[in-house]
Amino acid sequence: MGGETIKAGFRGAVGAFSLDAAFEIPARGVTALYGPSGCGKTTVLRCIAGLNRLHPGFCAIDGDIWQDESSFLPTHRRPIGYVFQEASLFPHLSVRRNLLYGARAPKRGGEPDAIRFDEVVELLGLAPLLDRAPRNLSGGERQRVAIGRALLSQPRLMLMDEPLAALDRQAKDEILPFLERLHEGLSLPVIYVAHDMDEIERLADHLVLMEMGRVMASGPLAALQSDPDLPLSKTRSAAVSLDAIVESFDADYGVASLAVAGGRFFVPTSRVTIGALRRIRVLASDVSLAVEAGPRSTILNVLPARILTVAPSGEREMTAVLGLGFEGDGAQLLARVTRRSWDLLGLQAGMSVHAQVKAVAFAPGRTGGVRR
Amino acid sequence: MAEIDSAMSGLAPDTWTSGLPPDTWTAIRLTIELATLTTIVLVIIGTPIAWWLARSRAWWKEPVATVIALPLVLPPTVLGFYLLLALGPDGPGGMIARLWNERTLAFTFEGLVIGSVVYSTPFVVQPIRNAFEAMGDRPLEVAATLRASPWRAFWTVAVPLARPGFLTGAVLGFAHTVGEFGIVLMIGGSIPGKTKVLSVAVYDYVETMQWREANILAAGMAIFAFIVILAMTLIEKRVARAGL
Repeated sequence: MGGETIKAGFRGAVGAFSLDAAFEIPARGVTALYGPSGCGKTTVLRCIAGLNRLHPGFCAIDGDIWQDESSFLPTHRRPIGYVFQEASLFPHLSVRRNLLYGARAPKRGGEPDAIRFDEVVELLGLAPLLDRAPRNLSGGERQRVAIGRALLSQPRLMLMDEPLAALDRQAKDEILPFLERLHEGLSLPVIYVAHDMDEIERLADHLVLMEMGRVMASGPLAALQSDPDLPLSKTRSAAVSLDAIVESFDADYGVASLAVAGGRFFVPTSRVTIGALRRIRVLASDVSLAVEAGPRSTILNVLPARILTVAPSGEREMTAVLGLGFEGDGAQLLARVTRRSWDLLGLQAGMSVHAQVKAVAFAPGRTGGVRR
Repeated sequence: MAEIDSAMSGLAPDTWTSGLPPDTWTAIRLTIELATLTTIVLVIIGTPIAWWLARSRAWWKEPVATVIALPLVLPPTVLGFYLLLALGPDGPGGMIARLWNERTLAFTFEGLVIGSVVYSTPFVVQPIRNAFEAMGDRPLEVAATLRASPWRAFWTVAVPLARPGFLTGAVLGFAHTVGEFGIVLMIGGSIPGKTKVLSVAVYDYVETMQWREANILAAGMAIFAFIVILAMTLIEKRVARAGL
């Protein structure tokens, strides 16, 4: 599936505004459709599934055309798995029969299913629920069954429409680890509609930003997070998510060393697997800048970097995009500093600086990490 | 007065134990046959109509629904009159009857089935339509995303979810057919073994002053109606509790 892509584009009237959204994303990993509510994310997802039909529209995955000017594949002939905001289990079927509803697809030439029943039950922790009726499940349990049911229909593309939005905090925390395991365990592309940045930072590899029915930007998550022209870098909780490799772990101090392009972070943690890929999150407001490496300090992470661009954030603050490494060609971080400090130090784009990172957080649960 | 007295004496409990005339048993059997057949036909033709009314976006669907609902408010004599014309020698019914060398469908059991089907249609279609509408689009969308063809989705999702509607529709259709009188009189007459159903039998007994028989049949039908309505209420309550 290497270089394959998913291409989609739809135009038409949807409710009060017109949708005119087109994007091309890699057919692997998790792509988040992100934007304010009512911006057309769900409509785009429904169009990809064939549940809505906009004309003109185009949709193709790995070169297989599902919709173009002359053709439209009905939903039941598209190899998708769809998870709705509400679990929408069939109330007249047990959990087991819900899971197996879409699993009846005839097997060609005895080829075994890519996603097996036992695997899904194990992955989503469904074993104790199998013989129960949907009405006796909690919201979180229902959504897990809905995800399993979609997986067992052997999709080539998972579509998830804010699967956590209807759940309370506790149920969300219960499901997120499952979604993360799903992401790691299966090489199945996922398009995930979300309006909660937390979920996106934990799950997404790729981001499609939408507003008023249009696509504002599309690209790798970290690239869009650190793009000074996009609204993400302007919010109070602006942050960058980076995938880092665990290089070593100092059990004495309980500090792990994680490598990203152009730099290395030290992160206090209880236990990590050497060589594992972990997602870390650095808030713009946790990064301050120094012109010199300066005196020794208690800050664990001081990394050489170069200021790439800078933009004012309101009256009093500046947000700078940093490239890690002396040349600034490594991973990018955001730094939020006061305008006063900025001017006092005489900072400007192109300068070499030292980024002092006060806190680096693991995206919880991600990739072979510490699990409850 | 003497006649009334002798009629009233028929109400004394000791006389209830003696059997009903064979004529009455024929009417009971005929009524059950008619109601069963009508219900089966109505569920078969009513389901696609209810499905179409629930899912179509055609502008003329409400006029169609109104035509189907007409028997609810039309006097049975009006409906019976039109049915008589339609089933008679000059109507389409007569043309069909000629296939087996009869002159008319009026005053036959077959004609009675057709009339009952027309008359009871709203009682079967309405609950099924409501059930299809109440489930919304979502279950069918889910089925489609799970590779179910519209046909499979209909049978495995829509029909099971609309089960309470089917139950209500079938019970109402059956009970309403048992209870109809005006139309039967207009298009069926009162031919024993052919068109003389219970409601007509009660009328005939009263006409001929057979109060004991009339009383037994009337009480039986009142109890039947009571049981039907109670059973339906209980079913609906149970279904509501089950969260279907």
